Parts: sequence; C-alpha cells; structure tokens
Amino acid sequence: MPKDVTDVICPFCGTLCDDLVVTVSDDNKTILGVKNACAIGAEKFNHQRLPGRVTRPRMRQADGSFKEITYDEAIDWTAKMLVKSRKTLMYGWASTSCQAMSIGHEIAEKVGAIVDNCATVCHGSSLIAIEDVGVPSCTLGEVKNRADRVIFWGCNPAHAHPRHMSRYSIFPRGFFTVKGHKGRKIYCVDCRYTDTAKCADEFIQVQQGYDYELLNAFRTAARGEVLPDTVGGVPKEKIYEIAEDLKQGRFIIIFFGMGLTHSMGRNHNIDIAINLTRDLNDFTKCAIMAMRGHWNVTGSGQVLGWQYGFPFAVDLSRRDQARHQTGETTSVDLLNRSEVEACFYIATDPGAHFPVDAMISSSKKPTVTIDPHIQCTTEISDIHIPVAMVGVEVGGCAYRMDNVPIETRKVVDPPEGMLTDEELLTKINHRVDELLLAGGA
Amino acid sequence: MEKKITLNMITCRTIQQGVGMEAGKTSQKYHDACTIIQMHPDDFKRLGVWKNTNVKVTSSVGSVILKAVETREDLVPGLAHIPMGPWANRIVPAYTYSTGEPCFKGFPVDVEVAANAPILSSINVLKDACGLLRK
Repeated sequence: MPKDVTDVICPFCGTLCDDLVVTVSDDNKTILGVKNACAIGAEKFNHQRLPGRVTRPRMRQADGSFKEITYDEAIDWTAKMLVKSRKTLMYGWASTSCQAMSIGHEIAEKVGAIVDNCATVCHGSSLIAIEDVGVPSCTLGEVKNRADRVIFWGCNPAHAHPRHMSRYSIFPRGFFTVKGHKGRKIYCVDCRYTDTAKCADEFIQVQQGYDYELLNAFRTAARGEVLPDTVGGVPKEKIYEIAEDLKQGRFIIIFFGMGLTHSMGRNHNIDIAINLTRDLNDFTKCAIMAMRGHWNVTGSGQVLGWQYGFPFAVDLSRRDQARHQTGETTSVDLLNRSEVEACFYIATDPGAHFPVDAMISSSKKPTVTIDPHIQCTTEISDIHIPVAMVGVEVGGCAYRMDNVPIETRKVVDPPEGMLTDEELLTKINHRVDELLLAGGA
Repeated sequence: MEKKITLNMITCRTIQQGVGMEAGKTSQKYHDACTIIQMHPDDFKRLGVWKNTNVKVTSSVGSVILKAVETREDLVPGLAHIPMGPWANRIVPAYTYSTGEPCFKGFPVDVEVAANAPILSSINVLKDACGLLRK
C-alpha cells in the first residue's frame, strides 16, 4: 500500500513551504506523487526517481570520461587535496542542512579554507547593506497576519518563489487581514511587466538600473520635499501618490530581490531601501525582507554568522582569525584572480551560475563536487561524489527566508549504500585528521 | 533594418528555468528553458528577424548562440532577457565592483542573426569555454 507522508518541507526555494503531501511506495524507495508543491518543488521530488542517477563517486580520466570509484577512494582524494592546498575555496552549502555545514566548517578551520555560500552571487549585496545599516524585518507570519501594503521591488515571486504570494504576501487571510487579497494593496516595481506585476494593484515601471534614484525619490516624497518631474522614468505625481498611500497603511512590507542586488549600485540599492523602511516607520509600521532564493542559503548565513561573525565569504586561511572582505574573500573575485589552489563545491552548481571567466579559472584547479545529481560543475570536476538529497532522502535543519529554522523531513530512503552530506563530511573530516597527524598529504 | 543591434541585458530566473533545473541540468526541459533570449517586438523589427531564429549574443567577455523569442513578461524596447544558466553566464561580465556580485543585470550586448549556428548543450557550453570540449 502506498502511503502519504504529510507536512513535508519543500527543499527548493527560501519559502520552505511546510504543507506538502508526498505519496511514497510501500518499500519506502520511490516517490509516486507530490501534492501542494509548486511546479519546481514537485519536479525536485520527481527527480529523485529518475533513472540514470549516479550512485557512486566518479573520477574524471585524462580522456574526459568518468570512471566509478569507491567512497573511500573519493574521501581519501578529497582529504589529500584539502590538506595539500594552502587556500581552498569551499563554496556552496545552500542545498544542504545546517548540521552538515557545521562539519564542513570544522574541516575548513583545519585546512585553512575559505567558506562561501550562494549569497555571494545572490543576496550578498543585501548582507553588506545589512552589515552597514541594520535591517528592520519581521517574519512571514507577521506579513500574512498584518501587512496591508505589500511592495515587490525587483523580485518576481511568481517565477522564483511560486507559492510565496498564496501563502504569505498577497492572497491569504490572516488575523488582522481577514479580507485577504481585497484588504491588501500590492505594488510591484520592476523594469519588466512580470507575472508578479500582473497580480499587483499598481505596477511601477522603473528604468533598468534606476532603482536607487527611485527609492531615494520615495524617501524625498515621504518627507514632503520637492522632486524633479520624473525619476527613473516614473512621473513625480505617481511617486507622491504612492508615498501618501503607504503612509495610510497599517503595516507595510517591502520584499526585494535580484533586481536590486544585481543591478548597478548593488549594496547601495539595498541600503537606500532599508533607509526608506526606516523613514516610513515615522508614519506607520514598515518592515523589509530579502527574497532569499536558494533553499537553505539563509541557514548557511546563520551558521557562519554564529560561528565566525560573518554571513558569507569567510576566510579561515589565517588559522587564528576569521576574515571577511567582499571583493577579496568572495568566490567570484577569488576565482577571477586565480587566488585559490583547489575548489570544493557542495550542494550547488557554480558551473551553471557563475560567470564563465570564474569557471575557466576554476576548471584549471583540482576540484571536488558533492551533489546528488550530474550537473554542469560535476562534469568539469576531478571527482564527483553523489550524496542523498537533503529534505527528500535525509532530514536536517534549514532556515526560511525570514530566518525561521525549520526541521526538514526524510521522505524516502536514498539509493542503497549512498552517503548523506553529514556522513560524507564526517568521514572526510576524520581522514583530514589522520593526514594532518601524519604530517600532511 | 540593422545587421547588429545593441541591447541592455538582464539575466534572471524563470519558472521554466527552475523546473528544468530540478528536472536535471542535462534535461531537454532545462535546455529549452534557458537557451533563449527574450526580446521586444520592436527589436525583432530592428534586427529584421523572425521570432524563433538563432542569434549570436556578444558581450565584452564572450558570445553565445541562443534562440530569439518573444515573451509574455513585457520588456521595453532595448531591454533583453536571458534566463540564468550556463548559456547566460557565457556573456556575464565577472567584474564585481568589490561586492562579490558579478554584473548579472544591466550590461550591453550585441545581437546579430546566426540562423544556422548550433546551440550547445548545457555541459558543452561550459566545457567549450573551459577548453575541455573534445571535438
């Protein structure tokens, strides 16, 4: 008899939907169906059962083909690479559990590596701004129950966080938001008329790259000062009108995404958005939240934060102190300058998501990639170590985009003999210990 | 009609890209979702090309062959969009202005017709750049 596993946590985006129902076969090996998930989340579960999944580590040969090796051989090769390299980039962590990260950081401390997560090409700019000016934020529960003015700025949850709007931000009825969608006023600021903009009451089309100017204009308007006729392609009447309407709200929430962090200005765009939030708090309650994309990237920031004091790009190569300097210890810059001697990628795919120049640099170094599936990075790595999928085949702690920790659930068994991230990293850690005790690689 | 037009490029997620990515980086879904450049109808006219034609997109760091398509999510003339992935990243400048973030959005690209040029697979487009592609 197939059985339903309820209250499953989705392992795709930062929304961490916690109401999925997954139907599993009698032998606990195969996923038969997924309910309540968005298209992307469902596909993630369905991928578990696709044929052709790699179940043992692979090593790249001189001719470019891969040969199967044992876990022990792969662990030995990886540990030797880590011990030999004077500066290793340990990048990724966003699709694994906080427990696994903690073990990874222990290895990084021993071998003097740089630990960086996907925020570096995502919300890294936001974290710089938050370090600079702080962040008045809230939880998604507060958004659902209180927010009556919702602003999506440079983000497109209809595509990137498909259930965000129905669970928290636009449609749900909450304690003080009993009218649901009708009781909320939704604004969308973007350079394109996105699918999110189609759900909004008002779409404000900003010229690409003029977000800083427009945010500054909203600050100016909120203070009742004089504006030029248009700012970033938006007429001043519109800006005054919206600023006035925002002041009438009981609870404003600003969600921002890659439109701000990737455009010119980077952290300064977030800086001014946070300052706008602060200004609006003179009139009503206002909060701001980053639309964290990659599943547990928030968790990586949390774990690094409480261990070393910095949320990403932590350089442990000095052994006695942790350093963090964006532009210097960030992954793309390290690879651009070819400053690392080896690359260790876990639970991410920089081959698909880093600019090509960084990956050209990476491909010339010894590389180990730990990922459940074949992807772009595995194919240019020396070793690919497959592991169980966190959130599907093994549980663990993950953080939602509003920094709420959620314990994820195991749904099915991993393929026979496959290690989890935690088990694999523990074994690598032990092997590193042995090598260091014996005096290096 | 111009042989080559210059557009402002943004790269970001689409739901099709997300579904394709989770279906597998080597899947047809991923290939179909990411090997496109979305352009405004006016830009199609300027370039004198039908939709669904292959074009060569060139930035300061490299070039890539993609299929030019129209989009549901309206663009303004002069603005183009490629879903994130190894194809988009062939042309994304890696310079980070000391923030760690490359220029994923808002960089100039040249678009020219390359109707018969083939589109590489996800693995090969990366291997090709890294000099690991065996012909």
